Amino acid sequence: MIRASNLTKLYGGRRALGPISFEIADGETVGFLGLNGAGKTTALRLLACDLRPSAGTIDVGGVDAIAEPHEVRKRIGFLPENPPLYMDMNVAEYLAYAGELRSMSKAEVKKRLPEVLEITDLKDVAYDVIGTLSHGYRQRVGVGQAIIHQPKFLILDEPTRGLDPVQIVEMRNLIHDLKQNHTVLISSHILTEISQTCDRLLVLGKGHMLAEGSEAELAGRKDDIQQITVLVRTGKAGDPYRGDLKDKAEGDKDKSDKENVDDSGKDAIKKLLAGVDGVSSVADLYTSPEGMSFSLATTKDCRAEVSRVIIDAKLDLLQLAFARSELESTFIRLVGGGTNAGN
Amino acid sequence: MRAIKIIFRREFSSYLRSPFSWVLAALFLLVNGLLFQGFALGSGGGGTLSAFVLERFFYAASGASIFAGMLLSFRLISEERQNHSMVLLNTSPVKDSEIIVGKYLASLAFLALLLALSLYIPLMLKAGNKITFSQIMVGYLGLLLVGSVSIAIGLFSSALTRYQLVAGVIAAVLLLIMVFLFQFSKQLEGAPREVFAELDMWWIHFQQGFMRGVLNLKDVVYYVAVTYFFLLLSVKTLEAKRWQ
Repeated sequence: MIRASNLTKLYGGRRALGPISFEIADGETVGFLGLNGAGKTTALRLLACDLRPSAGTIDVGGVDAIAEPHEVRKRIGFLPENPPLYMDMNVAEYLAYAGELRSMSKAEVKKRLPEVLEITDLKDVAYDVIGTLSHGYRQRVGVGQAIIHQPKFLILDEPTRGLDPVQIVEMRNLIHDLKQNHTVLISSHILTEISQTCDRLLVLGKGHMLAEGSEAELAGRKDDIQQITVLVRTGKAGDPYRGDLKDKAEGDKDKSDKENVDDSGKDAIKKLLAGVDGVSSVADLYTSPEGMSFSLATTKDCRAEVSRVIIDAKLDLLQLAFARSELESTFIRLVGGGTNAGN
Repeated sequence: MRAIKIIFRREFSSYLRSPFSWVLAALFLLVNGLLFQGFALGSGGGGTLSAFVLERFFYAASGASIFAGMLLSFRLISEERQNHSMVLLNTSPVKDSEIIVGKYLASLAFLALLLALSLYIPLMLKAGNKITFSQIMVGYLGLLLVGSVSIAIGLFSSALTRYQLVAGVIAAVLLLIMVFLFQFSKQLEGAPREVFAELDMWWIHFQQGFMRGVLNLKDVVYYVAVTYFFLLLSVKTLEAKRWQ
């Protein structure tokens, strides 16, 4: 388990991080989310013992990272934003060097090296000079150095940064494999990456922890905006439903042409839906021969109430879809909140 | 100790495969050869004593050694920072002192290799049997110690900044100060004059001792102490960077 308490980092007089506290259980895959300057990289560098905190404590697997950084470094594999590579070394030589630096004996390195080359799919370029490799391969070499000593905890800072779509998929698969044997911390700007890879998210903004939890937990918070989409059949001229709606619409008494009737029906339905408890706004999406579609922003799951109101109004409810906020909107909302909180 | 060995091996092999190192080696030998030809052999005419010629050779070679030491070391840390590879060392169970010592020893070993390649010059003089092996060895020990201080200063400059050019300028300025402290001390009086003169790395400790084939313990202690001082500063700088 990794436990950070009141972790704080000051660069000169500027507060870059904290105080923040969090825990990461063994076997978890946790994502760090935040805008540039949110403190993600600083937090990861502190956990990897690359930097020392200005205040607070870090406990990694029962070892105090400040008192015994060397012990913690043996347990952690770190892939920084820019992989720490030596361009003049070949891949195998570099990985062996990284392993030996992490207290592995030559025999252990010799045994482990083929496994790492296999996991990272670097066998074909094992004796190529790193400086001649593509960005994707270099990123893989970076992962290789992070796992060569079989650390329990793996910290990956923007592992898909600068990769093309194919390389991103490959890296995602690699991370998925690594999850089987490591507790993984990932920071990324690519939200789908985090969404697909992580069990839990830590959202940072201006150095502060804004929220933590699973994606569903973050998206389904009580004050979160959710979306209900409905498709309603309004009926033709002379249809009793249409008449009900016409009566409910304001200022439509004198209108007789079809377009105006449709508009008045649309307004009536919008007004009807807006009156449901929990609905904060209603927007019409489209009108088709089948009916009218509306999007409802809600602050709670009010599907039952919405469907009841529509049916009570003698309308045909053809479709009702419910969606929690996408990670992206959750992220923007949280980070936006963090900006205010940070100030 | 094991980490020092691992870092030493990596740095030394890096020197061996870097074109920069071999260009430096070629220039070092060329400059030494030219200085020997023009400065040592040409300074006293045909009747010059071999011992004097050897002195002049060491005089010229010490400058080349200082320069080579600086060029070998001023990139050692700043380049790693610039290439982001320093993170590998910083997140490995390796002490900052092991990083510095490993890199310092690799530079010193490569400088020793360069000096060894220039041994043919004094050995040619030795062929005339006018000088002794001990004179040559003492002179070369002096060159290595002068180079050692230069490497330590270069390493310290390199630890200060991620910009190689800035590190190079800082190293050059520090070395100039160390070389000209004796001249500067002449402007002073009393105890400060003595102190500054004794801290000089070239005029006093090299020219009046090693260059003449005289081995003074005081001079050896001076070079070892100054090297240690700058290596210690380098270690403290690395430690401080983690707190910044």
